[in-house]
Amino acid sequence: MTDREQRAAVLPGGVAAGAPARDGVPATRDGVAAAPRTIEIGYGGNERLMMNMGPQHPSAHGVFRAILTLEGETVVAVDAVIGYLHRCHEKLGETLTYVQYPTIASKTDYVAAMTAELAYVAAVEKVGKVEVPKRAQYLRVLVAELQRIASHCLWLGTWCMDMGGALGGGATIFLYCMREREAILDLFEALTGARLLYGFHQVGGTRYDLPAGWTEKCRATIDVVERRIDEYEAMLEDNAFFLVRTRGVGVISRELAQEVGVSGPLIRGSGVAYDIRRHEPYSSYEDFQFTVPVETAGDCHARYRVRMQEFRQSIRIVRQVLDGLPEGPISSRPGVKSVGQVRIPKGEGYARVEGARGEVGCYIVADGGPKPYRMKWRGASFSNLAVLPHIIPGHKVADVVAIMGSVDPVFGEVDR
Amino acid sequence: MTGHLVAAFVLLNAIILVVTYITLLERKFAARMQSRVGPYYVGWPHGWLQPIADALKLMLKEDVVPAPSDRWVYNLAPVVFLVPCLLIFATIPFAPDLGLADLNIGVLFFLAVSALEIVGLFMGGWGSNNKYALLSAMRAVNQIISYDLPFIFAALVPVVLTGSMQMSAIVAAQEGLGGWFVLYPVIGQLAFVAFVIATLAAENRVPFDILEAESELVAGFRVEYSGMKFALIQLGEYAHMLGTSFLGALLFLGGWLGPGPAWLGPVWFLLKAVVVFLLVTWVRWSFVRIRVDQILAISWKLLLPATVVLLMATALVVALGGGRGA
Repeated sequence: MTDREQRAAVLPGGVAAGAPARDGVPATRDGVAAAPRTIEIGYGGNERLMMNMGPQHPSAHGVFRAILTLEGETVVAVDAVIGYLHRCHEKLGETLTYVQYPTIASKTDYVAAMTAELAYVAAVEKVGKVEVPKRAQYLRVLVAELQRIASHCLWLGTWCMDMGGALGGGATIFLYCMREREAILDLFEALTGARLLYGFHQVGGTRYDLPAGWTEKCRATIDVVERRIDEYEAMLEDNAFFLVRTRGVGVISRELAQEVGVSGPLIRGSGVAYDIRRHEPYSSYEDFQFTVPVETAGDCHARYRVRMQEFRQSIRIVRQVLDGLPEGPISSRPGVKSVGQVRIPKGEGYARVEGARGEVGCYIVADGGPKPYRMKWRGASFSNLAVLPHIIPGHKVADVVAIMGSVDPVFGEVDR
Repeated sequence: MTGHLVAAFVLLNAIILVVTYITLLERKFAARMQSRVGPYYVGWPHGWLQPIADALKLMLKEDVVPAPSDRWVYNLAPVVFLVPCLLIFATIPFAPDLGLADLNIGVLFFLAVSALEIVGLFMGGWGSNNKYALLSAMRAVNQIISYDLPFIFAALVPVVLTGSMQMSAIVAAQEGLGGWFVLYPVIGQLAFVAFVIATLAAENRVPFDILEAESELVAGFRVEYSGMKFALIQLGEYAHMLGTSFLGALLFLGGWLGPGPAWLGPVWFLLKAVVVFLLVTWVRWSFVRIRVDQILAISWKLLLPATVVLLMATALVVALGGGRGA
């Protein structure tokens, strides 16, 4: 496959030969070809250098290929190639049952697996009108927020490593962040037996309840994490080098953010107070008190500020869940006995949750059987990544990695 | 003549040994900063054989020369890079009358030779015929030339205070309680800070390590080097770093001066050089890297004018009778 064909396979409107999204639905809504992928800014007559950043590159955060056109150190055009990690998740969703797929759903966004699972089971529950007990809803909020903390820890570490180097201060922050993430993964291990890909959610509730002593351990962990976040901020915010690298770099204007459709910390960093937890509460989020952090600058530093405040809000929510966890069953359905156990009546629906990177959505078309007829993911990273060609041109090579890190893409979720 | 050769041989091997172990020191130091343990298993206690194992591994590796490279330039670059980095030790006296050549223009020789490393660096980046290496080589020329000037001006402050470029004379001028130039009111401290900043940049350390910049340029100018050639570049880099630390200890921290009998002089000198080295390492492992345009702006707009003014102020102080010269 050439680059262009590879891109065509994953980009909307790219499958030009008219392959329908599913039976009875036209291939493209308006027949418009894919939008131009390269955005150039004019520079006068200098020699240009094409440079590949990726697919194997220390700061690619996975397998992403950015073809940069350089004039000296300045990037004048960027072309993005994705699809190296495409694993046919949507087809897998059609071949696996409602019981089986949640564990696979974690592999879309492997850094925040809990929210990916949650998006899938929420969609199934919406289509099948399955009740979820209150305790299970609270447990879902609990793991989703812990997952957000863990995911943001990884983001902060890798982003600083992009800017600071694996042989410099960036590595120091990275190792500090990994230390905190480990503590949270230990909690998940005690809860589900797995550290990265959990299979915690199931249609109708959760698969596991909190083990004895877990609550105390969780409280102790988040206390430590809260203290450490203050330390990171002290290390970064008073650091002039960190500020000059992030302030005014990679500005996403409010209009651009809304036009491209970014979500999560990106759109909140651009002055739009959009958070699904607040605007379309799911899984009892309306029971909890938290603020939606918003910054208006739209640059890397604003996105950093938003995520640092989200750390604290997540910790706040976790404490509220632990305080107010109701007694009761953890699932409205009996435990799993066979893979075809769950059947969902005919219908279709879309559910979305606020993941660590933005809106994670899942669209399910059910036909009454134990498997969905068609399934579609909306990955937050995929939509967020689309903003890169708009903001990178005009910056230096060093800023490219800072901007890419501030977008926080996970390529399992981009390519699916 | 033979005596000089033997002395040079001994010194060279001693330097290489110290350089090898200073990498272990840095790794241990960085590990402590990052709440890790660092090298531990190769050699008891605390992985003291790790540098030897690393050197052996690099020697045993296959030597790969990329097909599109400029063979001559590519193969010669590590040597051209290494030689000036080792040559700077020639003029450093480690105690009174313990050194290869205590030239009367010692500081000038050191600065001139240490600036030559850029040639090997650029050859490596150019000869590799790799885009990352080329970008890195262009950055190298920009950065090292920009920072050599403030580096030289900062190093000249003690020279002006002493009135001599001879290294032993500079140390002699720092005799006595509070005599170290780092303790010289205002001028000494400012010059030392400028010296450390310029050292960071001249040694390509974070926050000024845009040459290597592994998150952007993978490994910069040495991206295509492997095996022994990579080891030579690495050795040169650390030797240069150690040499500059020695220079800093000599110019600002009183060289071999210290309490105790005279034979402790070289030990004091080494300890002070290690302190300078760890200072640079401390900065390295706490900051993020800055951008190429910001690096150049810091040099030309801030550091260079500041060091020039500092040097002129020093000259004024000396003219008013504040010098320490013999």
